[in-house]
Amino acid sequence: MIAPRDAGTPAVASSAANESLLSIRQVIKRYGKRPVLRGISLEVASGEFLTILGESGSGKTTLLRLIAGFEELDSGEIWMGGERLDRISAHHRQVNTVFQSYAIFPHLSVFENVAYGLRAKNATRSEIPERVAQALTMVKMSEFAQAAPSRLSGGQQQRVALARALVNRPRVLLLDEPLSALDANLRRQMQAELKSLQREVGITFIFVTHDQEEAMALSDRVALLRAGLLEQVAPPRAIYGEPATAYAAQFIGQTNLLRAEIRDGIATAGAISWRAAAGAGKAIYSLRPECIRLAPGGAAAAAPDGSVARFRGRVCNQSFGGATDLVEVDCGNSSTIRVRLPNPGVLTGEHHFEFNADDATPVREGDGT
Amino acid sequence: MYSRAYKAGVTIPPLLWVTLFLLIPYAILFCYSFWSVSSLQVIVHTWTFQNYVQLMRNPIYLQVLFRSMRIAGAVTLCALLLGYPLAYYLSFHAAKRKDLLYQLVIIPLWASYLVRGYAWKTILGSDGVLNGLLQYLHITHRPVEFLLYSPFAVIITLTHIYTPFALLPIYASLEHIPRNLVEASHDLGASPWSTFRRVILPLSLPGLLAGATFAFVLTLGDFLAPLLVGGPSGIMISNIVVSLFGAAYNWPLGAAISFCMMLLVVTLLFATERLEKRLTVS
Repeated sequence: MIAPRDAGTPAVASSAANESLLSIRQVIKRYGKRPVLRGISLEVASGEFLTILGESGSGKTTLLRLIAGFEELDSGEIWMGGERLDRISAHHRQVNTVFQSYAIFPHLSVFENVAYGLRAKNATRSEIPERVAQALTMVKMSEFAQAAPSRLSGGQQQRVALARALVNRPRVLLLDEPLSALDANLRRQMQAELKSLQREVGITFIFVTHDQEEAMALSDRVALLRAGLLEQVAPPRAIYGEPATAYAAQFIGQTNLLRAEIRDGIATAGAISWRAAAGAGKAIYSLRPECIRLAPGGAAAAAPDGSVARFRGRVCNQSFGGATDLVEVDCGNSSTIRVRLPNPGVLTGEHHFEFNADDATPVREGDGT
Repeated sequence: MYSRAYKAGVTIPPLLWVTLFLLIPYAILFCYSFWSVSSLQVIVHTWTFQNYVQLMRNPIYLQVLFRSMRIAGAVTLCALLLGYPLAYYLSFHAAKRKDLLYQLVIIPLWASYLVRGYAWKTILGSDGVLNGLLQYLHITHRPVEFLLYSPFAVIITLTHIYTPFALLPIYASLEHIPRNLVEASHDLGASPWSTFRRVILPLSLPGLLAGATFAFVLTLGDFLAPLLVGGPSGIMISNIVVSLFGAAYNWPLGAAISFCMMLLVVTLLFATERLEKRLTVS
């Protein structure tokens, strides 16, 4: 274990786990007339691993650049620990960035790249070698200290970029799709390392990605951004289990969106009906493919109280996925339901399926349209 | 794979061009530098080192050569001091005005050299624009003489003419600096000045060197500006070559000087290219 902090300073994560460190308040940003962020408010806790997830063009990188100080906001405020961050110029902010393309200085050695921030802040001459060595050890790059960056692979440059940022002990580390240029295996490995590194140093990470799996795997919380608005901010399990909107349900994991009509406590979508908790009129439900199973009794009647819904459909596509298969079921009326089944064998023709009514989660249409 | 005919087609014309218009004339020049002129102004085709010896013995040639190098150095310095800030502004801060300003830098290159030379003559002359202004403002009471027909005038004129040549490679190298390196530097706590000193300047050194080489070499070989605004004290080495090939009718000595200058320039180009390669980081 390497402790990058001074021995006297307690790790932020343990001392102030739920205290808000960064506060983003009603931030609006336009490029010319085009609105990129349309009123973002977000609290980031100290020591948190927060992921900003969104499609390209959703404004996630812009939000990160506003926090880093590379862009100026049009309205709103950003605060960090009682200090108005958006009025401070980038080089005075206690925030460091790991860039998407690494942005390693090509004319400096790995050592000098990592030492850059320390020299800029006039660290004492004696502590620079020690801290650089520590940072390089942390990312397992000690042996490359004297190497020229051009001789490093993408993954190695990535590590140098991390060390270069972390050596400054920022209060917030911003990561702009840092893993998107790496191949799949290296990417998984770096994900795991990033996560353990974050726990180790206890620094708040704000991580931008368009990859929902990456977001789920790494984050304490996910902020889902859509067209400049926050769709949902919640821990991965919550956002998966209880998506707030149809968009969130579709973007994070796979789902079936059922547009249902509710009458007398029963929701009906096409040929499928189930017991609805409350309300009347139109509603959208999200039903995860893995919540649906083959009905054991074949055509036998479902539970009379509607707590288990049954439907019949023709298997029109089945893709093998190792532990589970994804089966597409044609239920007539050109509606297709996706079902994830553990080791079903090869399915053909018509089958009966069922799901628990509680697993169908009502969702809103969403704001970011 | 390209066919033989295609390869020959693209290789032979430039080779022919270089041979006909560069190598052969240089070879002839080289030969001339070992011949001599008789008292009857006839070129004697016997081999001799006499021209080179004369070059070294007669102090006037080396004096003028050193003066030329001093002028070239001064012009290079001025061109860089003017060109670098402008190139920096164009590349990093001009934003919407970039294209317009870039054109404004280029357009003077289209004006005839002679026109620009004469323009400086009318500006710097004793009844010129500058002296008129100085007297109008009562800064001086009679025309300042040293403005025209002096090395000073040559330096000003050549700086004006060759600054764009120094600016363009600097601008190109600044444009090549990835902007996220600048952001990374700010992000790591470096002030704008420190970012310039530690990131932008080192990464633009190859362009700076190329620009300096352009300004120096072009100035060193210039003979029109000294002719127009230089006067006796502003004579440069090329003027001597011109007069040796013209009025003095001493082609062999002119050829010897030309050859020495060429050697000097080639050495310089070779050295800067080596240095540029070392400074360029992939």
